[in-house]
Amino acid sequence: MSLRTVQDSPVGVTANRQLTRPRKKTSPLGRQPLGLLFSAPYVVYVLGVLAFPLGYAVYISFHDYFFTAPGVQVDRPFVGLDNYVTILSDPAVQRSFLNILIFLVINVPLTVGLSLILANALNRVTRLRTFFRVSYFVPYITASVAVVGVWLFLFQENGLVNVLLGPLAPDPSWLVSSWLAMPTVALYVTWKQLGFFILLYLAALQNIPEELYESASVDGANKWAQFWNITVPGVRSASVLVTLLATITGANLFTEPYLLTGGGGPDGASSSPVFLMYQKGILQGNPDVAAALGVVLVLGVLLVALIQKRLVGGKED
Amino acid sequence: MARFKPHQEKTEKRRNLTVGSFLMLAVGAFVFLFPFYYMLIGSLQASPDTSVAGAFPNPANLSLENYTEINDRISLLIGLMNSGIFTGGVILCTVVFGLLVGYALAQMQFRGRGVVFGMMLLVQMIPFQLLLIPLYVMIARDYGLADSYLGMILPFAINSTAVFVFRQYFLQLPASLFEAARIDGASELRILWQIAIPLVRPAIVTAILLTFIGPWNEFLWPFLITKDAALQPLAVSLANYISNIAATASNPFGAILAGACVLAAPAIALFIFFQRQFISNNLGSSVKG
Repeated sequence: MSLRTVQDSPVGVTANRQLTRPRKKTSPLGRQPLGLLFSAPYVVYVLGVLAFPLGYAVYISFHDYFFTAPGVQVDRPFVGLDNYVTILSDPAVQRSFLNILIFLVINVPLTVGLSLILANALNRVTRLRTFFRVSYFVPYITASVAVVGVWLFLFQENGLVNVLLGPLAPDPSWLVSSWLAMPTVALYVTWKQLGFFILLYLAALQNIPEELYESASVDGANKWAQFWNITVPGVRSASVLVTLLATITGANLFTEPYLLTGGGGPDGASSSPVFLMYQKGILQGNPDVAAALGVVLVLGVLLVALIQKRLVGGKED
Repeated sequence: MARFKPHQEKTEKRRNLTVGSFLMLAVGAFVFLFPFYYMLIGSLQASPDTSVAGAFPNPANLSLENYTEINDRISLLIGLMNSGIFTGGVILCTVVFGLLVGYALAQMQFRGRGVVFGMMLLVQMIPFQLLLIPLYVMIARDYGLADSYLGMILPFAINSTAVFVFRQYFLQLPASLFEAARIDGASELRILWQIAIPLVRPAIVTAILLTFIGPWNEFLWPFLITKDAALQPLAVSLANYISNIAATASNPFGAILAGACVLAAPAIALFIFFQRQFISNNLGSSVKG
């Protein structure tokens, strides 16, 4: 921000030169109107590919919309909330929202807890620090399609995980059990995203002044008390961000139910709203219903995010 | 003397704590890395071995058969090439148009700058799942861009996080530098090309890395838009193999893992090579944002 101020109020040489050349200031489009041209491709992209479809999604969700050949003019009547009624009364949709809830209940606390603990440990250790950072980050940068392959191998009926568990192996196995399919997906996503969240916490931890810990230990607070009373409140804004991002990831699940549990199986026990959007909108040709599902999903995420911000954010906000 | 003892006790406690942290991190690293090691081992096994011994390389059971097996069903080379074109297109658009708008936002005074800046921040909050259906309707149906590289690239064309990174880097350059060049009569495009861009080279590396993992790993969108196998990025053809074809193969997991290794290798190699930029900047931009 300080740079901004310098730029906005030119001093010294620059100011003198401007006094001699007042002509430049007269343009109604600013001193460098060419900036508009430089920004134009990006603005066109944002409006055409992001902003317009956003409105279009809402439009589609309120109309009886179906696919036609390009250029064909058809009547697509306004149907009010019909699509929303269809979506909300569909048991498969209700199940998918329940699945997301199960996912969030497992994934969010696990993500926040584990990434904070590991970031805290990483902040303390100097040896092999780069190695640890890199190894935690590798799952995050790898394609989900690739990693799903190895999870399928590990968690199949007679895979290594069940071999190691021996008699404790769940029956039916992880990915084909209606009880364990969604928790396994949640576990998978936690594992895959954790590295990114560790980095977020690491940055937040480095902003906590060392003196706080020093004075706390002079006052006789043990490490556990320091963790709860200094570290946890110190990274609160990062925690808000981590919960929010983890929730958005959860709402966006598609690849995992599609590949890991073979299309949201068993019997819809791990299907997700985005998977149903694909199924209903594109496979079954009901884009109107799918768009309504998208709108409901986004509203749901907003609601959950607001609740989380209240819970995690504390009173300062 | 009275101060010496508690101090010593404290350092010892701290050392125990560090050892504990180190062990925890080591366990973590194992959990994060083992699946990748297992991916490689599994891809080289002639017949799948899920016993504990199977986690170690066994010379009698090693072969490259799985790679030829999957290559016969989905051409890995074509998949890699399509992933490359898709990713390259996104990176090209992001760098060219992102540098332009990033420079304008940081160093040019023009009407509407605040609007563009606000737009850039807001865009990062648009949930992709909401755009899924309208984008499919528009791009695949209305514009007839299904089964084309353009259709694949369009929704990701300019990465807004990269635009933000460019703007931040350009903002750190002194404004007087640009004022001086303008007074000397240099055009804005020339200032950008000859003065600004050479000074923000690290930003370009960061933006490329940041942008790369998006389209390279993206599955949902190219999956919707490409039905023609000759145009599918590797993530899509591998996913199709997993869900449709694998069941008919002699060693399905071996073939899946072989494909997974080919898909994962470029991203991991790039990441390890540039890990410094990746970690510090990815972090910086997301926290600041």
